[in-house]
Amino acid sequence: MTIPGAKQTSVGALVIALLIILPLIVNSGFALTVMSQTGIAIIFALAFNMLLGQGGMLSFGHAVYFGLAGYVTAHVMNGMANEDLPYMPVSLIPLVGGVAGLFFGILIGFVSTRRAGTAFAMISLGFAELATGLTLIIIFFFNGEEGVQTDRWVREEWFGITYGPDIQVYYLIAVWCVIAAIAMYLLTRTPFGRMSNAVRDNPERVQFIGYNTHRVRWLAFSLSSFFAGLAGALHAVNVEHVGFETVGLGQSAVILIMVYIGGTGHFAGPILGAILITLLNAYLSDISPAWYLYLGLIFVGMVMFAPGGLAGLIMMHDPIRRAAPHLLMRMAPAYAAAFGTSLVALVGCIGLVEMAYFLSTTVSRNTALILYGIALDAADFWPWLVCVALAAAGALGCSRTYPRLAESYGTAMHEARRAVAS
Amino acid sequence: MTNAIEFSGVQKSFGNTEVIRGVDLAVEQGEIHAVIGPNGAGKSTLFNLVTGRYHVSRGRIELNGENITNRAPHDIFRKGLSRSFQVTNIFPRMSVFENVRCGVLWNLGYHYSFWHFVNRRRDLRERTESILEQTGLASRRNVPAGLLSYSDQRALEIAVTIAGGASVVLLDEPTSGMSSSETEQAVALIRDISATRTMVIVEHDMGVVFDLADRISVLVYGKVIATGTPEEIRSNAKVQEAYLGTEAA
Repeated sequence: MTIPGAKQTSVGALVIALLIILPLIVNSGFALTVMSQTGIAIIFALAFNMLLGQGGMLSFGHAVYFGLAGYVTAHVMNGMANEDLPYMPVSLIPLVGGVAGLFFGILIGFVSTRRAGTAFAMISLGFAELATGLTLIIIFFFNGEEGVQTDRWVREEWFGITYGPDIQVYYLIAVWCVIAAIAMYLLTRTPFGRMSNAVRDNPERVQFIGYNTHRVRWLAFSLSSFFAGLAGALHAVNVEHVGFETVGLGQSAVILIMVYIGGTGHFAGPILGAILITLLNAYLSDISPAWYLYLGLIFVGMVMFAPGGLAGLIMMHDPIRRAAPHLLMRMAPAYAAAFGTSLVALVGCIGLVEMAYFLSTTVSRNTALILYGIALDAADFWPWLVCVALAAAGALGCSRTYPRLAESYGTAMHEARRAVAS
Repeated sequence: MTNAIEFSGVQKSFGNTEVIRGVDLAVEQGEIHAVIGPNGAGKSTLFNLVTGRYHVSRGRIELNGENITNRAPHDIFRKGLSRSFQVTNIFPRMSVFENVRCGVLWNLGYHYSFWHFVNRRRDLRERTESILEQTGLASRRNVPAGLLSYSDQRALEIAVTIAGGASVVLLDEPTSGMSSSETEQAVALIRDISATRTMVIVEHDMGVVFDLADRISVLVYGKVIATGTPEEIRSNAKVQEAYLGTEAA
């Protein structure tokens, strides 16, 4: 037997190869920035899921450890540049952020993990507010609303790396992302990782097999804060600025939404969520000013209809794939029908939202806008009629295709079970 | 030799209601001690007091001569006392194997380790497998615990309870809700695991109690009214009147 197993190793090798090649294929500056942001989001999301998915702790303030570690990192880099602090390679600076996150995690976690459930969530909210407040009070460290500037080009490192060019920062983030992801994956297979799941599922019984539930939660919280801090340090290196918003509720909410949409029940879920939301945020926010509305709707939709997240939706099909892969093909028409009707409904709804948003925010009397590449006048009657018709037709179609999809899934599952039993 | 468990003047009140009204009880090393009594006599409360789940209002409880009154549950477990639950209380999302392995971890010294891999430790696997073998769950090892049949869940409850190597084991109604053949199996299992352990059992099935127990204590309205061998209990006038009598009537 090998660790982490032959299958995981090949998947890992594939991912690493992809990470190396990716910037060579899509080499625009913007794409590189987005990929760097995605890497940071992946680390942060996995760290957050150590709490939410693995440990059953819902935090509304995990950005505190991300942001505080970012500030510490910025100060350490500035200190090194001024030669107030001994030099260390910027390649290793994420460890400084990790230790900072760990420090604050141990400190605050001791208090907040005494309770689980709602009390834990409320305490996390309190600390998030506290941290935001402190950024405006302790000026010498946080520098108020301006935040802390830094410069990642401290001195030339091995092989002439300076972290001047963005591509070097991308590779720095990619390497740390792989290291952190592997480390967090391996943690799930340790006695700590197993007991963290046990405390999530049945804290009462855990006490009667010798474990202090507070200790288990505290450890999970501290280790999670370490990785959140590591992500925060990379953020500081990446954008060379740390502002008060990095510790705030907004940042905490985004990571919660990412992890939830990706799926908390599977290790890869947060990775999916981080990639999807970072990409959407980067590309959709340019196209549509109503992007936050869409994000909210995606989130609500997921919570209501797919609480297992994207990973949950994918893993739903895993028993079928294992038992009889050909059954998946048989579901394809039902999926295509559901997808088609959803698309029609979406086109209609998005059209309505965009026109309403445009009319409500436009300052001039100019009501001409371009929707789906078509020049329209939002004051006209017919674009509204078309969009309403599309939305209604799509919704009507969905009400037919979705039950059929569910039925097709049920049949496939049934046959898969029979195939396993025989 | 010191007693395995010793209750001295233990009282427990919830608000104004006194549930345990001064219990003195000694469980000897190596015996199977059954606690019987009508519903509401406080049998489960007694378990919850000795395992640290409830706070003792007054009195003192010792485990192997050491005072454990009002210690935390995990602390009491580490001193060698383990319990099962009346309503099955396991980790439903984990497999049977993982459930038992969780029970083994502390005792084998892994504690909060995040630098060992659980599936690479031979001692963990061997101890877990021997417990599964002993409790007849070996064939179900990969089944998620929540999907087990009722009697298998009860067996898993006992497996998790004994996994940690406790020298004193309390079983709360281990055969409740079982058919007679399942009960027979459970009794055989309990007898088997009692070979190396002190056992305290709360049980409603009088057949099981008189079959298994070395000694029996009768608890009525929060007081122990008699302790003795099954023969002594059977012929005890006070017990007949207060407990067995009412059941016969």
